[in-house]
Amino acid sequence: MTATPAPKEASKATRQRPGSDPTEDAQPIMRRVKTKLTSKWATAAAIIIAVVWSVPTFGLFVTSFRPAAKQVGPRSNGWWNAFVDWDFTFKNYADVLTPAGSQSANLSQYFVNSIAIVIPVTIFVLVLASMAAYVFAWGKFKGRDALFIFVFALQIIPLQMALIPLLQFFTQTLQLPAGSYAQLWIAHTMFGLPLGIFLLHNFISEIPGEVIEAARVDGAGHSTIFWRIILPLSVPALASLAIFQFLWVWNDLLVALVFSGGTADVAPITQRLAEISGTRGARDYLNPAAAFVSIIVPLLVFFGLQRYFVRGLLSGGLKG
Amino acid sequence: MEFIGEKLLQVVIALAIFAAVIGLIMLLVDRAPKSVKDKVTVAGFLAPAAILMLVGLVYPAIRTSMLAFTDASGNGNGFDNFVWMFTQPEALTTLRNTVIWTVLVPLLSTSFGLAYAVFIDKARGERVLKSLVFMPMAISFVGAGIIWKLVYDYRGPNIEQTGVINFFRDALGMDPKQFLLDAPENTIFLIIVMVWIQTGFAMVILSAAIKGVPVELIEAARLDGANAWQQFRNVTVPGIRGALVVVLTTITIATLKVFDIVRTMTAGNYDTSVVANEMYTQAFRAGEPGRGAALALILFLMVLPIVVYNARVLRKQREIH
Repeated sequence: MTATPAPKEASKATRQRPGSDPTEDAQPIMRRVKTKLTSKWATAAAIIIAVVWSVPTFGLFVTSFRPAAKQVGPRSNGWWNAFVDWDFTFKNYADVLTPAGSQSANLSQYFVNSIAIVIPVTIFVLVLASMAAYVFAWGKFKGRDALFIFVFALQIIPLQMALIPLLQFFTQTLQLPAGSYAQLWIAHTMFGLPLGIFLLHNFISEIPGEVIEAARVDGAGHSTIFWRIILPLSVPALASLAIFQFLWVWNDLLVALVFSGGTADVAPITQRLAEISGTRGARDYLNPAAAFVSIIVPLLVFFGLQRYFVRGLLSGGLKG
Repeated sequence: MEFIGEKLLQVVIALAIFAAVIGLIMLLVDRAPKSVKDKVTVAGFLAPAAILMLVGLVYPAIRTSMLAFTDASGNGNGFDNFVWMFTQPEALTTLRNTVIWTVLVPLLSTSFGLAYAVFIDKARGERVLKSLVFMPMAISFVGAGIIWKLVYDYRGPNIEQTGVINFFRDALGMDPKQFLLDAPENTIFLIIVMVWIQTGFAMVILSAAIKGVPVELIEAARLDGANAWQQFRNVTVPGIRGALVVVLTTITIATLKVFDIVRTMTAGNYDTSVVANEMYTQAFRAGEPGRGAALALILFLMVLPIVVYNARVLRKQREIH
């Protein structure tokens, strides 16, 4: 560890700080000088990547405020021209959100559907996954570890494999009414459980055993321990899973396509968006505004709760 | 706006039923006689999740595996669906595309994410720069599809281009290109969208891992005269190997199942289909559930080795504890 520093840099360092002991200060100063030099190019590269990564979204944002004639037709041009001849409008947003504006892309109903789908699913998954995770972490029963690994492995079953039989099960066996939220709620909860249990288990199993033991000595039963101790202590993990689950369900298209029946009563905003962006037509200029309406909620969730989100990624990701 | 009230009511009812079920379970667990209390607890806490996973994942997976050996009217037809998959040119294209996706997306996302994580480590404005690259993670594949259509937009030659890339091609005197129509390279342009989404994920995980590499190790390498690249190759990369495996695994699984990007941008036309999209088309559009199931089974077999590997790592971890 105590290899001798290169003589040239050591002398440079002593020259900068003549009063100090060279053997002590040479290394930190050298490090600072070196990182400054290398990081200048690295920072430039990083900024370029960040700009390239943001341009597409920014382009959508600008386009969504451009009048129809500038977006499609003979007088249209690229979105960056909006800054040269200043021309912005809120009409696109008014059109996609109000029934009066346009019957082909009225998003407000679908927006409400997305919210009505995502909130119950998130709650269902959080409660059920934390109950199961608690038992996997602190319950004692035969085959616990094998069963836990099996649950982990369930993550790989592609949704595509589950869809056809599940749809048959819902409509034929359970007789769930088509065009209600129930199918979507149940399906999303089923698909969210394996990863939810896995993420929460990592966290819950690290709660100090003495806390639980102390509560048990005081006469607390499993349900008291779970609601009064485990859940409050797991809030960071629960928050990150909630954000994850929210984003997945909000952004989902496949499950929605199969189980929603596609009506404005039930279908989420992604499905509507996929429909209107798939058909080229006279109302194409509304697509960017529609797309932005659909991504604004996840973006708000993401930027608002970013800290928990990243922590959640790490607790699940690195240990897995 | 009367529809909101009605929808809200459905949500409230669902939550009430759910609360009642959970409350009942808690009551049973608490009232159970002492001799069986632990067993009842395990059963009660585990049962709801276990039932849902059995009905939603295990049973359908078994059913689909069986369905893969039947024809459109539900009669057994042996391996016909698989023969179809490996002989029809369109189906072969689908398989080929999936392989290209699963090789390129994890590789590119991880390399970009790693490079970016190294570049911004301790840079000024690290958090803002991270957020910008991480942001696409929050955007749906459908939204991403629409965003990237604006980038790839094409108009005939001699007209002002509205797509960013064609604008630059124009400025450089090149002909505009129909990015999404021209096979086979259009698959690459779809892959770029997925890379755009996944790079942020790779970056966040790898950045945290890099910060976890002991400073003394890097310091020692530096003092031994290693340059930046050698430090990176011989100290940083071995130090974050675990995180690299996790990132590659997660992105590979996500890529194998990719569906929405293809669905929104080309609907699988122009030779861009992938297994997940073709499965949906066959099962729900073409009335060939057997073929769809066969494709799903192939998807499962492609993911299987990755998960077996990860499950083994997990088992080792649990044995240590």
